[in-house]
Amino acid sequence: MRTRASVGRWVTAVLLGFAFVYACSLATSDDIPRLQLVAQALYFAVAAAGLNLLTGYNGQVSIGHGAFFGIGAFTSAILIKDHGWEYLPTLPVAAVLAAVVGVLVGFPALRVKGLYLALVTLGLATIFPDVIKRFFDESGQGQVTVRSRLLRAPEWWPAGIGDRYQWAYVLTLVLTVVAFVITAIVVRLRFGRALVAVRDHEAAATTLGIDPARVKLGAFGLSAAYAGIAGSLSVLVLGNAEANKATTFNLSILFLIAVVVGGTATVLGPLVGGWFVVMLQDQVNTFAERPDRLLGLPVPGPVEDFVRGKTVLTPAIFGIVLVVSMYLLPDGIVGASRRGWNRAWAAAQRRRIPAPVPASDGPDPQRKDRT
Amino acid sequence: MDLFLSQLMNGVGRGVIYASLALALVLIFRTTGILNFAQGEMALFSTYVFWQFTDWGWPVWLAILATLVLSFLGGAAIERVVIRPVEQSSPLVVVIVTIGLFLAFNALAQLVFGTEAKALPRAYPFEQWTLGPLTLESDTVALVVVLAVECVVLWLLFQRTRLGLGLRAVAADPDASRLAGVPVGRMLMFGWAIAAAIGALSGMLVVPTTPGLNAGSMQTILVFAFAAAALGGFDSLLGAVVGGLILGVANTMTIQYLNVLDGIELVVPFGLILGVLLVRPQGLFGSTRVERV
Repeated sequence: MRTRASVGRWVTAVLLGFAFVYACSLATSDDIPRLQLVAQALYFAVAAAGLNLLTGYNGQVSIGHGAFFGIGAFTSAILIKDHGWEYLPTLPVAAVLAAVVGVLVGFPALRVKGLYLALVTLGLATIFPDVIKRFFDESGQGQVTVRSRLLRAPEWWPAGIGDRYQWAYVLTLVLTVVAFVITAIVVRLRFGRALVAVRDHEAAATTLGIDPARVKLGAFGLSAAYAGIAGSLSVLVLGNAEANKATTFNLSILFLIAVVVGGTATVLGPLVGGWFVVMLQDQVNTFAERPDRLLGLPVPGPVEDFVRGKTVLTPAIFGIVLVVSMYLLPDGIVGASRRGWNRAWAAAQRRRIPAPVPASDGPDPQRKDRT
Repeated sequence: MDLFLSQLMNGVGRGVIYASLALALVLIFRTTGILNFAQGEMALFSTYVFWQFTDWGWPVWLAILATLVLSFLGGAAIERVVIRPVEQSSPLVVVIVTIGLFLAFNALAQLVFGTEAKALPRAYPFEQWTLGPLTLESDTVALVVVLAVECVVLWLLFQRTRLGLGLRAVAADPDASRLAGVPVGRMLMFGWAIAAAIGALSGMLVVPTTPGLNAGSMQTILVFAFAAAALGGFDSLLGAVVGGLILGVANTMTIQYLNVLDGIELVVPFGLILGVLLVRPQGLFGSTRVERV
């Protein structure tokens, strides 16, 4: 007999299959803005997957992942621009460097917990742009731009499939798939279960022979490596690395949003969340630039006049969507669809086999009202 | 020596700014256990409202009073409408909601009041007094006085009134205090309301001393306020003030004396926090929570 979980897995696999076919079909596209946008959603998902390992599975909130992302981005950008490297070899360097800094930042986490840790990571996000400006940036803008010529596809790249942008897109897609496969494996390994055990009950985990310090540092390192890879990919896709107060902090927040909106402590949550964040941002920006139509529908005149040219609309709508989505889907899109699926499945079962005892509609044990 | 003393005064001047917002953060944390990322932007919005009143030609004092009342009500409304529905969820969800508020308030302020910087009037005359080698600005004096008054009033409120007892009870154990008949919901609402008013006061006093009111006015201050609260311990009002002062002084001293760190002065205050947290994870004045297995 088919179980609820196995059918659910099939449905997920089919949906993922469709998404993958769609993603592959874009590879030969000439629509460069579209390619860049989808690639952006993908590397966002990678960074969010890393943050999810740390925050979702291990319970350590980080508001500093924008800094790890930046470390990856600047490593690649500087190696390519100033040291004449090809792109590909910079990728592992970016990942390792981010992981090393991640472990260093993780050390305070052994002692500092919860909110205090969130603030330590916030401090990292605040200091990072200053460090970049002080040591690595001649222009003082906190920006390194890599010329398009240096980001060309390698020799072995088949000539038929476009060049620079298609190469960037395909590499991002491949690495995203790899990153998510690795995540799916890691959370099922001893290490992944240890992450959850340490999150849920550190003392109990210790009695089972888990070393919380090693697990936490490992989580920080791995998580930072994901963000570093995402940052490195961003250089390949967009052609520059940027770090100032606003961007680093915003990225950190956006990664957190992607994790929570997608579904914390679910493997696929960050993929959905990353997609959601990047696409929503793009939609709202487009709407602010050309406010005459929204989702293909005409917009009333006064609204159009109010919105025109207001790019600040993006954070406004983001904020509102965030609050509303936390009301409606506190466990994220993936968590909510899983819940919905379970409920639908149970309802279908009930219809097939008449229940021997009428189901009681007692008070929901989850519900606790404040007086 | 003169230079040292005048830098010390500058540091205190910065420190009271951080402390004034840190006080609001601590207040919400003490009553609700929530770290409010939107605190700075709520204060920013209040400050814009204050600007609007003065722009309509209201006297400054009246504008401050009206803004305080509105902020108080606004804070209560935010708790009731936005925070209450997610209060039972995981802390991460609550943090995300306050981050959502942060984004929304910042953007809303720009949408409603425009993006150009606004000049704000001070609530008191600007003066500089020279005391020997020291220059004392009325900005610093005003903030110190307001902070001192806030601290005393809050201390009296928390320690000497029934309301304060209720607030402390809710912070310590919401479920037990509900059983004891404390109106938990109303207490939480009150905590948010009063924190919003204190944040607004901080914005109205601090922003006039800067070049102008704009959407980024409160953000650096918020980061330092967080740092101050962390340094002092999140549940200590005194800690917030002391933490703010330490950070302010450390910051100006680094800029003055450690040229090596030119451009990355922030390393010092954050290094300081890290050091303190490693030795005392609950902050300088914070109380430890016993964890039961």
